[in-house]
Amino acid sequence: MSVDLLTPPDLSDLRSWRRTKDRIATIVMAGALVLVAIPLGFVLYTVVSKGAGIISWQFLSGDIPPQLSPASLGGLGPAVVGTLLITGVATLLAVPLGILGAIYLHEYGGNGLLAKVIRFMSEVMTGVPSIVMGLFVFTLWTTTFGFSGFAGSLALACLMLPVVIRSSEEMLRLVPNAQREASFALGSSKVRVIFGTVLPHAAGGIVSGSLLAVARAAGETAPLLFTILTVTTINTNILHGPNTALSTQIFANATSPFPGAQARAWGAALTLVVIAFVLTMIARLLTARFAKRHG
Amino acid sequence: MSLLVEGAPRASNSGGEPGITGGHSAGDRIFRAVALLAGLLVLVILGLIAVSTTHGAWAWFSSQGLSIFGTKWDPAKNQFGILAFLYGTLITALIAVVIAVPVSIAVALLMTEVVPKRFARPIVYLIDLLAVIPSVVFGLWGILILAPKLSSLYASIASGVKGIPVLDSLFGSPTSGASFFTAGIILAIMITPIIISISREVIATTPAMEKEGAYALGATRLEMIRGAVWPHSMGGVVGAVLLGLGRAMGETIAVALVIGSSATITSHLFAPGDSMPAVIANQFGEASGISRAGLMGLGVLLFVLTIIINMAARGYMARALRKARGL
Repeated sequence: MSVDLLTPPDLSDLRSWRRTKDRIATIVMAGALVLVAIPLGFVLYTVVSKGAGIISWQFLSGDIPPQLSPASLGGLGPAVVGTLLITGVATLLAVPLGILGAIYLHEYGGNGLLAKVIRFMSEVMTGVPSIVMGLFVFTLWTTTFGFSGFAGSLALACLMLPVVIRSSEEMLRLVPNAQREASFALGSSKVRVIFGTVLPHAAGGIVSGSLLAVARAAGETAPLLFTILTVTTINTNILHGPNTALSTQIFANATSPFPGAQARAWGAALTLVVIAFVLTMIARLLTARFAKRHG
Repeated sequence: MSLLVEGAPRASNSGGEPGITGGHSAGDRIFRAVALLAGLLVLVILGLIAVSTTHGAWAWFSSQGLSIFGTKWDPAKNQFGILAFLYGTLITALIAVVIAVPVSIAVALLMTEVVPKRFARPIVYLIDLLAVIPSVVFGLWGILILAPKLSSLYASIASGVKGIPVLDSLFGSPTSGASFFTAGIILAIMITPIIISISREVIATTPAMEKEGAYALGATRLEMIRGAVWPHSMGGVVGAVLLGLGRAMGETIAVALVIGSSATITSHLFAPGDSMPAVIANQFGEASGISRAGLMGLGVLLFVLTIIINMAARGYMARALRKARGL
């Protein structure tokens, strides 16, 4: 057996079993992506095809009829108003507090023990089930002050707070230290530095992260079940009296045997999905612009 | 504790407070206190959740004693055992994880190691859409569209495995489309985006040097993934899976709609069952007395379970990231 040293060995042996295994792995990975895309497409297709037909001005503004009435009667106006009000107030509560918390964590706390504990616990808090937030607000608020849209806002705000803190802190981290130092060098106080330099710099990213939290909260059902109860006419007073939301209406109608109720549930589902997608899309655009500015 | 932080120069703090602290005017101090309060709110809320829900559940704990871990939940007979709900929560979450994890890791690898960056971004957007769809919409779709389709599938699988020892007790005797397994499938769809996005983040931290080293030794992409990417990112992926598990255990509305609402412990995955968050959602509104306290107690247990799982997950991920940076 003499070794042929003159002809170089063929290093690109495409037919080997190793190559085949590699091919198979790539195909399996692509298959997994298809597997993820199928339910997404299926759900969206169903929601659009079943929900689009019922959406009308009457559906978005009319009072909620009894479950057995046909789809042509009434609408879900109170739920649309309720969802917007409850989510809006929750946003007003959670976003400023969340940004303040993030400012503490990044601009003051740094690597201190307290900041580390708060940072860790806010990550853990994002995993607290939404139904637990509902029970919490029920015992602490609803049992004393009664059902109201505001109770629902409180529960949603509890869910949003840690998300806003986490995403805002990430954005503050992206602000270059040179910016802060320059501002300090001009003699600014710390508050001036934060409000005049750091926040404007991070604003796009913070708004984007907060919008994602809002999009998530707008579709939440479990925290609202025991906090807002339900109504059939529009209640614009968020502080007083029961209210309703698109998500809880879907939950109530999903198990209903009446086609009218089911049709309204699909209409509500489409409305919720559109709200969530629009908010997400705006957040994405802001992120893209933010990313471009920061190279 | 807070005094230690202010003004102490920290050389190694990347980002954050530069060593220089501006004036200590009253405005500065007030704002600092306000920001601190906002940060502390997280700890306050978590503490209040624990205290208030435990207080609400006390009548159940104290009147039932150890029988809270019974298998029967029947308020009419004064039986408030939660084992069936705990079982349903664990089994549905387990089904979800078993389905979602391989798929999610495969997609995460595809996006980081195979697909070019400019194509990866649209895929990320697509998968994130899945995370944006509200859980109640998944529930609605699950009970009105998916469950009826699965019902006939379950029936044909059941007739196929009839008489085969283990398979029959797992996949036999289905009753309808609403079951543990349907809930597991819906949960799998819902936790896939979170497992993908975190795994992707972890996998992306694999040093290019190690990957190039593997390629230089003549490894194929699969061998490079197994030799360089996988050992590097396993810890973080375990964290991602735990996060998905926690999410699956706490998911309420989608499960409440598709699980079938029947407090039973059975090995039959195609049978209807119930889970802790689902039974709270379905019964808390009408419950009163011990029954209401018991449902509140389920909430306490759910809170404790998910907190533990999330702490473990964050711990794993933090350690994995530290290791990644240390290399």
